[in-house]
Amino acid sequence: MQNHIPVLVLADAAKSFGSVVALADGRIDLQKGEVHALVGENGAGKSTLVKILAGVHSHDSGTFEVAGARVKFRSVAESKAQGISVIYQEPTLFSDLTVAENLFIGRQPKGRLGLISQSSMRQQARSLFAQLGVPIDPDRLAEGLSIADQQIIEIAKAISLDAQVLVMDEPTAALSGSEVDRLFQVVRSLQEKGVAILFISHRFVEVFAISDRITVMRDGSYIGTWVTKETDSNAIVREMVGRDITTLFPKEEATRGDVVLDVRNLTREGVFSDVTLSVRQGEIVGLAGLVGSGRTEVARAIFGVDRYDSGSVVLKGRSLKSGDPQAAIRGGIGFVPEDRRKQGLVLELPVGRNIALTLRNFLAKVGLISQSSERSHAKDWGDQLQVKARSLESGVATLSGGNQQKVVLAKWLSTKPSLLIVDEPTRGIDVGTKAEVHRRLSDLAQAGVAVLMISSELPEVLGMSDRIYVMNEGHIRAEISRAEATPENVMEAATSRQKVVR
Amino acid sequence: MPVFLTRLSRLRELPVAVAFVTLVAITATLNPRFLLPQSVKDLLLNATIIAILAAGQAMVIISRNVDLSVGSILGLSGFATGTLFAVFPDIPIVLVFLAGISVGAALGAFNGILVVTAGVPSLVITLGSLYVFRGINNAWAGGTEHFSGDRPKEFSNLSVDTVFGLPIITLLAFTVIAAMAIYLAKFRSGRDFYAIGSDPEAARLFGIPVGKRVLTAFVINGALAGLAGVLYASRFSSVGARTGTGLELDVVAAVVVGGVAIFGGSGTVVGAAIGAFLLTTITSALTALRVDKFWQQAVVGALIISAIVIDRVSTLRNARRLRLDQARDSVPALEKGVTQ
Amino acid sequence: MTALSSEIGASKIWQRINLRDVAMLGVLLIVIVINSFARDNFASTTTVGYLLLDVIPIMMLALPMAFIIISAEIDLSVASIVGISAATIGALVLREENMVVAAVSGVGVGVLAGAFNGFLVAYLGLPSLAATIGTLALYRGLALVIIGDASVGSFPETWTSFVQGKLGATGIPTVTIAVLFFIALAVMLLHYSPFGRGLFALGHSQEAARFVGVKVQHAKFWLFVASGLVAGLVGLYWALRYGSARSDSAAGLELTVIAAVLLGGVSIFGGRGSIPGVVVAVLLVATITYGFRLQRISDVVLVIITGALLIASVTAPNYYQKIRERWRFISRAKDSPAS
Repeated sequence: MQNHIPVLVLADAAKSFGSVVALADGRIDLQKGEVHALVGENGAGKSTLVKILAGVHSHDSGTFEVAGARVKFRSVAESKAQGISVIYQEPTLFSDLTVAENLFIGRQPKGRLGLISQSSMRQQARSLFAQLGVPIDPDRLAEGLSIADQQIIEIAKAISLDAQVLVMDEPTAALSGSEVDRLFQVVRSLQEKGVAILFISHRFVEVFAISDRITVMRDGSYIGTWVTKETDSNAIVREMVGRDITTLFPKEEATRGDVVLDVRNLTREGVFSDVTLSVRQGEIVGLAGLVGSGRTEVARAIFGVDRYDSGSVVLKGRSLKSGDPQAAIRGGIGFVPEDRRKQGLVLELPVGRNIALTLRNFLAKVGLISQSSERSHAKDWGDQLQVKARSLESGVATLSGGNQQKVVLAKWLSTKPSLLIVDEPTRGIDVGTKAEVHRRLSDLAQAGVAVLMISSELPEVLGMSDRIYVMNEGHIRAEISRAEATPENVMEAATSRQKVVR
Repeated sequence: MPVFLTRLSRLRELPVAVAFVTLVAITATLNPRFLLPQSVKDLLLNATIIAILAAGQAMVIISRNVDLSVGSILGLSGFATGTLFAVFPDIPIVLVFLAGISVGAALGAFNGILVVTAGVPSLVITLGSLYVFRGINNAWAGGTEHFSGDRPKEFSNLSVDTVFGLPIITLLAFTVIAAMAIYLAKFRSGRDFYAIGSDPEAARLFGIPVGKRVLTAFVINGALAGLAGVLYASRFSSVGARTGTGLELDVVAAVVVGGVAIFGGSGTVVGAAIGAFLLTTITSALTALRVDKFWQQAVVGALIISAIVIDRVSTLRNARRLRLDQARDSVPALEKGVTQ
Repeated sequence: MTALSSEIGASKIWQRINLRDVAMLGVLLIVIVINSFARDNFASTTTVGYLLLDVIPIMMLALPMAFIIISAEIDLSVASIVGISAATIGALVLREENMVVAAVSGVGVGVLAGAFNGFLVAYLGLPSLAATIGTLALYRGLALVIIGDASVGSFPETWTSFVQGKLGATGIPTVTIAVLFFIALAVMLLHYSPFGRGLFALGHSQEAARFVGVKVQHAKFWLFVASGLVAGLVGLYWALRYGSARSDSAAGLELTVIAAVLLGGVSIFGGRGSIPGVVVAVLLVATITYGFRLQRISDVVLVIITGALLIASVTAPNYYQKIRERWRFISRAKDSPAS
């Protein structure tokens, strides 16, 4: 199977964006015909490394060799030409074009008279799918295809480009059981052909089922590479996390009060089902799980931005109708969304207006808002959160990620919520501000606020939560208390297909 | 069921083709004079100009843009044609064609360059250029109108003489439409327009030269509008400052009704052309059915709205179906056969 | 905790004022001054009076249009709604109907038309660009059906003289007061009310608006209704001011309105803009028009200039941005970080 022929070697690679170091020491070596897993938590630098391989970025320093030759890609096309194909979590197919056209965009096979030959395209597509053992109709529009099918098409594209290296970013994140099996079959057949496969994944069951070697990254640096057969998930998790969790987060004990949020059997067809959870005053409840497990969707349904089909949401004893964010806000819920730039902020407006946006109804007297009172409220809350901005009029788009998050927090804290939902509170934020945010959340809990925190970062979940609900594929699989929670049992529940009974 | 028939039923052009045939059938049954050779010829002549405009506009809309200035471009080209014949009575007709097409192409390039470099929606840019071009036309023409009497007989005859029963300018239109259809379907650079209209960012990532293609679309559209302007001068008796005013609406209606999605990525030139014929037929049909011709514009508006609503409803229906299908798949049931 | 700049700095006055609006105002003043020198009777109140009478439709229509564009939509059918309202009024008057009935019906038709637009965009989710191109044709067509080729001119004296009347000896039309009222209302609604704050969020993204409790569909629907209402009122005004109601009343006016709104600093992408800026832009366009007319420069040139201004006002910010970025790149070579 493996001839130990190095196909791709990246060593001592570094990449920074301005003052943010995305990759400090990136290393990977791929051998012909191997399946190599790349693991690490959020922010470990995996996606930056992949982007360097893909040609989206070029490394600032270090060496990059493909098939023995030094390379430095300045475009995606260059890396494709060298035989590297990358499949991202969200495949981008052109939904208005057919499957066959998507496969051959830009290099459609020509027939007589130099015109594109549809029949030849169809034939080649069919044979590609036959090789993969997956029958997809080449003439159907790409629109409406499941993510699993779209992935297969991307893989077929890679094969037709004679890819020697196939990189997949969280390939199984959105797949069901049978689709994962199908994907693995395809991966194995590619392996036999000598293609080297690098895949990023959080799912240890799969990592250990299919990979030959595992590389771990942490905090932008390479930690080590292990032969899969010679290690186990505990060891890998230890390398991933690598630090004493308890000292990192200043979570202090808070007295738990009444139940603030009571969700029963919440269901949204096709997205999540039968979700039951509760949050008390003074509690930080973590909602853990892999990407695509439905956590954000549940939170959005609770808040009312999305609707739910059945079940109930009760806030401080009062039931909340489906699909009414205004009622949720009035009832005392605040929501710090996942996508800061699109959902959490209005980039066209200055800092002050952003902070005061949630207060607009409160500030209005006789229907009108006094600009000076708006400004003073915004300044108060901005200062409390220690937002670093030159003035209230500074454009919020110019602030750093951490400061932007503080603006979003200020905006919601100004409504003095009883329940604060935070979705990925420290994503894309520098370490210093991260600690500030965590301290702020801990203070909130101490002040009696109930906090529901969605996070994909294990240490954050483990360090901050009093209780953890773990979701997978739209269901809650486990509820684990702070005392009992370990990275292993959280991960186990996050990848389990049944309820984990303890 | 034969694959050919299934594929046929999925064609975006089917609804408009069916509508066209139905309309002709109904009108002809109610008023047999509708199908007299002379009325058919008039129909074809009227449709020709809109069809050419629609073909060009289809290309622009497929790439997720729009060009609202085509009426003004046609006007300028038409007036230029009239002026050329008036000033140089012996000018070869071919030169006049070239002049009209070049004027159109230049104006199209103006639009295209702004759209590509300024990053502003083409709707707004071409709204402005609609004004600017029309203003130039007004300034140039003033109150002058050029009449067909000043144009050579051979030129006007292009709209009168027929070959195989079709007027020459109609044949010309068919040739243009066929050429464009082949380009968009069978050439790699032609297929790029669909990718750009479907997802401009992804197209850029794939290495498709988005700017170049979009500029090409506007230039070709402008050139076709210029050609249409020359043909207008052949078909109609006078060209002046107001020539072509308001045509852009009819063109967009024809394109949208003909199955080209307003947000780009799908539809064909042939469909747009059928849409143009359908629209022209509606006017004639209304007269033949003795319906008040005042209803024509209202019908055009209703058609545009219906086409967009149908498009939207089917998109929503597909999205919902997809969500439910995926939900079904993720239930850990028995091993299912791979894909439907 | 007591770091150096731990507080958000006080905002300077000049940061709070919209510089673009001030610049526009400056340009307006310059144009007025130039015109006054060029032509003696420019500054007279009669001139101003006529100018205002002509500018009122555009000014009125520009107000709801600004709201709509700020919320990231567009209404291309406004002029057609003016047309259908005027046509309704004309047709009813022709049939010897009471003027009050005619007026109410005309405005009512405008409201209905706006509601239909709102239904298509807010509840069916159609892109407003496409939907209002369709209703532009539909309403203009229906206007044609309602009134045909007729041109109605016989409106009751009391109504026409009110609309064309002036305040005492000043030469300023009486209806200006109503317009000022609408402008004040628009300023309060957009800049000083919770609804207005929510609109800016909506213009940025529907999600951002939903997250702060804006009822998106609701808001969009009522904006289009408001646009229809105002267009209906303008239709009434148009019929009375020009003493005639025809099927093509106000045809093509939507372009001038949109041009003025965009010139006034409203971003076509939504989320940015101000009413004062729009007001100044409308006055600017009107002043230039009138100045040209007095100089006997043909309207044609004006049409070209309006179009050119429209193009310039939307492309200039982008070109400016690009030049700035090029400059920054040269001095700092900054990449934007991966998410």
